[in-house]
Amino acid sequence: MTALTTAPAELRARQAAGPLLLGVRHHGPGSARGVAAALDAARPDAVLIEGPAEADALAALAADPEMRPPVALLAHAVDDPGRAAFWPFAAFSPEWTALRWALARDVPVRFVDLPAAHTLAAADPTWGDGEDEADGSAPVDPLAALARAAGREDPEQWWEDVVEHRGDTDPLAPFEALAEAMTALRERYGHGGRPRDPVREAHMRLKLRAARKEFGDAVAVVCGAWHVPALARRTTATADRALLKGLPKVKAELTWVPWTHRRLARRSGYGAGVESPGWYGHLFAAPDRPVERWMTKVAGLLREADHPVSSAHVIEAVRLAETLAAVRGRPRPGLAETTDAVRAVLCEGSDVPLALVRDRLVVGDDLGEVPAAAPAVPLQRDLDRLRRSLRLTPEAEERELDLDLRRDTDAARSRLLHRLRLLGVDWGLPAAGRAGTGTFRESWRLRWQPELHVRVAEAGVWGTTVEDAATARAVSLALTAADLGEITGLAERCLLGGLTDALPAVLGALADRAALDTDVAHLADALPALARALRYGDVRGTDTAALAGVATGLAERIRVGLPPACAGLDADAADRMRERLDAVHTAIALLPDPAPADDPAALASRWADALRRLAGGERVPGVLRGRAVRILLDEGRLPDEETARLMGLALSPGTPPADAAAWIDGFVGGPGGGLLLVHDERLLALLDGWLTGVPAEAFTDVLPLLRRTFGAYEQGVRRALGELVVRGPGAAGPGSAARVPGFAAALDEERADGVLPLLALVLGPEVPA
Amino acid sequence: MTVPATTDEQPGAGAVTDTGPGRPGPAEALRPHAEHAFAHELAALAAADDRPRPARWRLSPWAVATYLLGGTLPDGTVITPKYVGPRRIVEVAVTTLATDRALLLLGVPGTAKTWVSEHLAAAVSGDSTLLVQGTAGTPEEAIRYGWNYARLLAEGPSRAALVPSPVMRAMERGATARVEELTRVPADVQDTLITLLSEKTLPVPELGEEVQAVPGFNLIATANDRDRGVNELSSALRRRFNTVVLPLPATPEDEVDIVARRVEQLGRSLELPAPPEGVEEIRRVVTVFRELRDGVTADGRTRLKSPSGTLSTAEAISVVTGGLALAAHFGDGVLRPSDVAAGILGAVVRDPAADRVVWQEYLETVVRERDGWKDFYRACREVSA
Repeated sequence: MTALTTAPAELRARQAAGPLLLGVRHHGPGSARGVAAALDAARPDAVLIEGPAEADALAALAADPEMRPPVALLAHAVDDPGRAAFWPFAAFSPEWTALRWALARDVPVRFVDLPAAHTLAAADPTWGDGEDEADGSAPVDPLAALARAAGREDPEQWWEDVVEHRGDTDPLAPFEALAEAMTALRERYGHGGRPRDPVREAHMRLKLRAARKEFGDAVAVVCGAWHVPALARRTTATADRALLKGLPKVKAELTWVPWTHRRLARRSGYGAGVESPGWYGHLFAAPDRPVERWMTKVAGLLREADHPVSSAHVIEAVRLAETLAAVRGRPRPGLAETTDAVRAVLCEGSDVPLALVRDRLVVGDDLGEVPAAAPAVPLQRDLDRLRRSLRLTPEAEERELDLDLRRDTDAARSRLLHRLRLLGVDWGLPAAGRAGTGTFRESWRLRWQPELHVRVAEAGVWGTTVEDAATARAVSLALTAADLGEITGLAERCLLGGLTDALPAVLGALADRAALDTDVAHLADALPALARALRYGDVRGTDTAALAGVATGLAERIRVGLPPACAGLDADAADRMRERLDAVHTAIALLPDPAPADDPAALASRWADALRRLAGGERVPGVLRGRAVRILLDEGRLPDEETARLMGLALSPGTPPADAAAWIDGFVGGPGGGLLLVHDERLLALLDGWLTGVPAEAFTDVLPLLRRTFGAYEQGVRRALGELVVRGPGAAGPGSAARVPGFAAALDEERADGVLPLLALVLGPEVPA
Repeated sequence: MTVPATTDEQPGAGAVTDTGPGRPGPAEALRPHAEHAFAHELAALAAADDRPRPARWRLSPWAVATYLLGGTLPDGTVITPKYVGPRRIVEVAVTTLATDRALLLLGVPGTAKTWVSEHLAAAVSGDSTLLVQGTAGTPEEAIRYGWNYARLLAEGPSRAALVPSPVMRAMERGATARVEELTRVPADVQDTLITLLSEKTLPVPELGEEVQAVPGFNLIATANDRDRGVNELSSALRRRFNTVVLPLPATPEDEVDIVARRVEQLGRSLELPAPPEGVEEIRRVVTVFRELRDGVTADGRTRLKSPSGTLSTAEAISVVTGGLALAAHFGDGVLRPSDVAAGILGAVVRDPAADRVVWQEYLETVVRERDGWKDFYRACREVSA
C-alpha cells in the first residue's frame, strides 16, 4: 500500500498527472459547490460519475429542460419489477452538479459503478450484503470514524463544520485533504464491513482505464470519498477482471423517475439518508448570508400559518443562532443552532410551529419532474403482466364486468381493480351490483382511457409493482388523512384490494385517530364501516384479527363516551344520535368476542350496561332513552316488569308531554314497534293511559310526533292496535269477546278440525291427529 | 449600595435585603443563595475560565453552561450538575442572556424553572437576589420604583426618598434581575416591562431623571404555561423574550427516581414509615401520569386522550405521599393500589365531564388489559364508580 505514506504534495503532483479524483459526500451541498469549482478549474475532457453503468444512455435526459430534481435513477429487474434499486439525485447532489456541468459543456459523461444487472442480482445468496451479518460487524461509518478522531460526537455536525461550511480559495485542496483522511481510514478498516465495495471499485477502475484510453488523462471522477483511495491504487486490469468474474446477473432496465425531498430523507439508495434535504438545498441555492435568508424563509412560512413574526424577530433569531454557534465553538451556525434559535425566538418556545418548519422547510416537499421521453416505469410493465395473466384487455369502450369472488381469477381481478383505484388509475369503477347479490359478487364498469398511461407513470413513484405501489400509497394516505371516516374507508379499500401489508399502518392510524377523537359521533360513524370490512375480510379470506382488535377498541371507546355524549341534545341531534345508536348496536353484534354473550366481561354485556345507563339517564333525551330500552328488551336483557317500570316512569305526569312522546317514538318507532304493542297489552295500556292524560293544550304539540311514530306502521298492525284500543285495556284474552271483523268471539272446533288433514300432509304423519 | 428595607409596598416581594455580591450569606438561613452555596465552584470556574466574557459577566457563557450542567475542570474541581436535562436548553438560555435579550423560562410546575433562573443569575452576575416574586397583587412599584413616604413628605421628591425596585437596581448595576411567576402579575403591571426591555431606560419623571441600564443588565422571567386563568403575556411582551421551555423528565426512570427521592424526603418530615414495596406503586403512578400526559402508552403502541390537568411530576409526588399517609394511618403500612387510586383520580379528573371520559377510556382500553394491573384496575373502578 504505497498510497498510505504519500505526502500531500506528492498526491497533488500525481493527481495533476492522472485523473482528477473528486471524493464527495453524496448529497452534500458543500461537496456539490466544491465539485463545480474543481471542474471549472480543471476543465476535464470527460466526467465519470459513481452510478450504475447502464445509465450512460440515460445521461443525456438530465439536460432536458423538463427534468427537474429531485429525481432518481431507477433500475429494475425486467422479469421481477419488484426487485428494484434507486439512485436519487437532488439539486445539491455533487453527482447531479457534475452531470449538469458536463452536459452543459458537451463533455462526455460515463457512469462507472457496477452495472445494475449485477446489483439487482445481489439478493442472490452467493454474494452480497448477507456477508455482513456473517462476520458480525456492522459496516464502518467513515464520517463517524473521522469525527471521533477529531474529538467530535456528532459526525453530521463535524462534516458541516469542516467541509460544508468552508470557503476555500484552492478548489482542489478540500478533495486532497479528504482523500488523505479516507486513505488512512481504508488502511485501518479495509472495505469497512462492505464486502461488495472491492468489487464495485474494481469495476470503477476498469471503467476509469477505458476512459483514459478513450479521452486521455484529463478525466474527472466524482465518487463517494470512501472510494477515492481504491481508485488511486495501482492494480492490474487482470486482477480487477478476476474480481468481477462470475458475478450473478439479471436482465435490468433503467429509467428516470421523479423523487421527493421526503424520500431523500430516508436511508436508501446511495446510503446517505439526508435528514434535512430542504436545509441542504437552501445552503446550496443561497448565494450568500445563508442563515439570514433561512430565517426570512422561516418567518415567511410562519406568517402564512398565521403566526405573527416581525422583522425584529428575524433579527433576534439570527443573532441568537450566531451567538449559539460561538458558544458551541462552531465556525458558523448549523442546522442545530438555527433550529434552536427558531424555537426560542420565532416559535416562542413551542414545538408545534417548529414541527411545521421542520416538515415544510428542513425536509421540504419538493417534487421532481421527469420528461415524457424517459423510458416506461416498471409499474407499467407489472400492470401489463397482471393484465395478461388475468385476461383483462384494455378497451376504450365501456363494458360491464361481473365478478364472482369465490373464483380465484375473479378475486384476483377484483383486487387488481381495487388496487389501481387506490393509485388513482380508474380503469374500472364499481357499478351498482345486480339486485339481490351477496357479498361475494361485484360489478365493475371498465374503460381504458389514454390518460391512464400517464396516471400509471405518475404512480410509479409509489413502487415498482401494483401491489407495492398501492400499499405505499395506502400507507401514505393513512398518515395524511384528515378525519376518521377517511381512514375507515381506506381500511375498507385495503381489504378489498387485499393489501394486507398496508393494513397495520392504516389500522395504527385508525386507532390513533379514534383515541384522539373526542366526538363520539365520529367514532359511531366509523364503526359500522369497520364491521362491514370485517365481513368482507371473511369472504375474501384475509386475516382480520388486527382489524377486529381495532374495531373492538373503537366499540369500547364508544361505550365509554356514549352516555355523556347523549346528555342535553336537542331534538334533531337526538334523532341523528338514535340512528347512530342503532348502527353501533348492529355493528357490535357483528364483532367477534371470545367471551360468551352472557358473561359480564363480554363486550355485549358491557355495551348493555352502557345502554342501561342511557335508559336511566337524567338528561338524556326521551327518544334515546326509549331506544335504549327497546334495544335491551329485544336483546332479552331487560325483564318485562322493568320495561314496564321504565315506560311508566317516562310517561308519568311529571314528564313534559313532548319528551314523553319522543320516548314513545324511540321505544316503539321503527320496524317491529307496533307488533310489540299488539303483543304486550300492559305496555299498550300504559301508552293508552298516558295519551288520555295529556292535557289538551299539550296534545297538539305531541300529535305530529305521535302521528309520525304510528303512521309508519303497516296497515294491519295499525288496525290491530286500533281494535285493541277500542276494546279497552285488559280486555284481550282467549275468553274475551274480541270484535275482530271476520272472526267469531270463540273458536269453532268443527271448522278448525277441517284443516288437520292438510296439516298432517304438510308436517308429516307423526303429528297426532 | 445600601437600600433600606422596603415598606409594605411590595406585598409579594416581602422584605428585601441587599446581600451584595461577595458578602457572605447568613449561615443560619434555611436555604442559602446559590452564589453562597456554590461559591467554591464559581470561584474555581472563574479561575479556569479563559474565554471572552460579555460586559460585567462573572464567567464566560461557556463557563456558565458548565456551571449548570456540571463537569470537571482542568484543576480537578468537580462541578456538580445543577440542572439534569438537555444540554441544548441550557446553551440556548445562556446564549440568550449574552445577546442581551430577556429570557423567559416556561414549563409546568416542578420543572426547575426557578432553580435554573437562580443559578443562571448567580453564575452570570454573582447575585441571584435581585428578585421580584410575582403574585396577583404585585404593584408597578415592584418593577419600577416606589417612595419612602416619610422622606418624601419631609424632604420632597429626591433620589434619597426613592425606593428602587430590584429591576431598577439591576439596571444601574449591570446585573441580572429575576421576575418569578410572570403570568401571575396583573397585565397592566406586566406592561411596565415592555418599554423597559426595549428602551433599556427607566424614566423617573418626578425627579426629571432617568436610569439607563448599563451593559450586563438582563432579565430572567419564569412562567407556568399550563395554568389556566392567569394573565397571558401580551404578544408585545413575548416579543421581548426568547422563550425556553423546560421539559418534563425525559425517561420514566428519571421520573421514578425524582418521585421516589422526593417522597422519601417528604415522608421523613411527615414521619411516615418507608414502605419496602413502595417503588412498584410509584412506578405505576409515574407510568399512569406519563402515559396520560404524553397521550401515548409507554410501549408507544396506543394513542390516548390527555386530560385537562397538568399531571406534573410534582403532582405524582403528592399522589404517592397521600397514598403513603393513607397506608400508614389507615392501612397496613404497605402502599397498595387502593391507596393511590383515589389520589390519581383526583389528579386526572379536573373537569368532571371531559376528564372522566378520558379516565374511563384509559381504564378500559389500557389498564384493564395490562398484566399485573388487575388490582389497580379494580381499585380504580371502585373509586370511579
